Amino acid sequence: MLKLNQVSKTFNKDSINEQKVFNNFSMDIEKDDFICVLGSNGAGKSTLLNIISGKVKVDDGDIILNNVDVTEDTEYEKCKRISRIFQDPSLGTNPSMTIYENLSMAKNKGSRFGLSFLIDRKDEGYFKELLKTLHLGLEDKLHTPVSQLSGGQRQSLALIMAVIGKPDLLLLDEHTAALDPKTSEIVMNITDNIVKEKGLTTIMVTHNVDQAIRYGNRLIMLHRGNKIIDVSGEKKNSLTKERLLELFKDMDDKSLFS
Amino acid sequence: MNSFIMSVLQQSLIFSITVMGIYITYKILKFADLSADGSFTLGASVSAILITRGVSPIVSLGISMLAGALAGLATGILNVKLKIQDILSSILVMVGLYSINLRIMEGKANLPLFNHKSLFTDKNPLFVLSIITLICAMFFTLFFKTKLGYLLKGIGDNENMITSLGINIGSIKIFALSLSNSFIALSGGIMAQYQGFSDINMGTGTMIMGLASIIIGYSIFKRIGFLNSSIICIVGTLLYRTSIALSLRAGFNPSDLKLISSILVVIVLSIGNSKELFINRRNQSLRKKKLKNSTTLREAGGGNA
Repeated sequence: MLKLNQVSKTFNKDSINEQKVFNNFSMDIEKDDFICVLGSNGAGKSTLLNIISGKVKVDDGDIILNNVDVTEDTEYEKCKRISRIFQDPSLGTNPSMTIYENLSMAKNKGSRFGLSFLIDRKDEGYFKELLKTLHLGLEDKLHTPVSQLSGGQRQSLALIMAVIGKPDLLLLDEHTAALDPKTSEIVMNITDNIVKEKGLTTIMVTHNVDQAIRYGNRLIMLHRGNKIIDVSGEKKNSLTKERLLELFKDMDDKSLFS
Repeated sequence: MNSFIMSVLQQSLIFSITVMGIYITYKILKFADLSADGSFTLGASVSAILITRGVSPIVSLGISMLAGALAGLATGILNVKLKIQDILSSILVMVGLYSINLRIMEGKANLPLFNHKSLFTDKNPLFVLSIITLICAMFFTLFFKTKLGYLLKGIGDNENMITSLGINIGSIKIFALSLSNSFIALSGGIMAQYQGFSDINMGTGTMIMGLASIIIGYSIFKRIGFLNSSIICIVGTLLYRTSIALSLRAGFNPSDLKLISSILVVIVLSIGNSKELFINRRNQSLRKKKLKNSTTLREAGGGNA
């Protein structure tokens, strides 16, 4: 469903700080894939997501989404079909608005933002139901401004908002990295449930090896803009942390886990 | 005395429309739009020249709003398309508007309207102004309950989130600037008709007046909790205009007014900040007292045991 064809990206071209992140990088993502992307700092994980979401334009190559070339689409055009959750919990929601208002905005995604009223009282039951699946008690705080929620609550809300319109592709950019271990666990469980329930095609970038092994049906390890490990299906299921470490050994590069 | 109150009230009603416009950029969009000084005069000069040409006063106000919207559009395009910093693009527009305004008024710095029909001919000005301000306030309030209104609020809050809704934030910003400046130009046009002339310098200080009114309104009503922001604009303007008028009464020269405005803003801001300081201190001392009490209690309890 998503194809990256021979994509190249260089930052600060023709300067001392020139940084070649991708050189003829190709990747194929099937529908309903849940891909975990691991890699050290500078491996190109975030750039990969930025390229897919349109935040960064590629120098060369094509991006094909559902058989349509979207290489030249701007970020907001791509966002109509792709949802993304960021590492920073404050980026996915509008802090000064209430949960109700935030959900109403997200629900309207894809439709026109015209001069009709945003708040629809009829949505209350639907929103409560959605929030109940989180088990965080947010369904009783519908009219609380999001700024008063904790990081984990915000990230969970952002997740609900991102998938409310069933996007073609869900991008998770280390979305549990800023949370404490326990909250991170809860948010990850919620994520997994939502992805499975809605059958979303998902790419998750993470630093957490355990998470990458536990979730998803495909695991990709990036290193300096190259896929050095790409396992899926049975092979991915039988993958253990030890086995993954073994696969690295021949790389002889300890910075992989930094 | 009565006429003094009346004139303050009437002017406040006119200016409160400007303040609503400035509120859109300053408070909602978090965009430092200094072009208000220019677009206020723009509205005044457009309305004035049209009235001298025999256009009906109400139609002239509509065209003033359109002119204001164009000024906002210019600021928006400079900022969004040409990527010039917000404050700089608005200053550029403000400076440019000075020449444009002079051209509109056919090179004259002052354009009298005394012999022409205006909005206020044979009518009670307070009544006319109340109706206009009421319409603006209602539009303002209702607009920010619409989807488009929420988008504006969202952009000031978190641009990222609005982009992820698949919205081009650039065009929404341009729209918001147009809306804001058409409010300001409308207010300028009404002012010209109210005072019976348009003057090239009448817009100077509009921005600081708007900020002062919003800040005064906010620092007073912040604690009351949720209050309609259009009411905050109107009451803030009223308080600001009253204090300016009172300082004139107290014997200051009109030329001192700009300094007084600035000092007023500083005072209101610092009171707002020190209030928090004061409350924190009080909480601290209360906590200390509590701690003291509890330790004495514990000591007393320990004695009993």
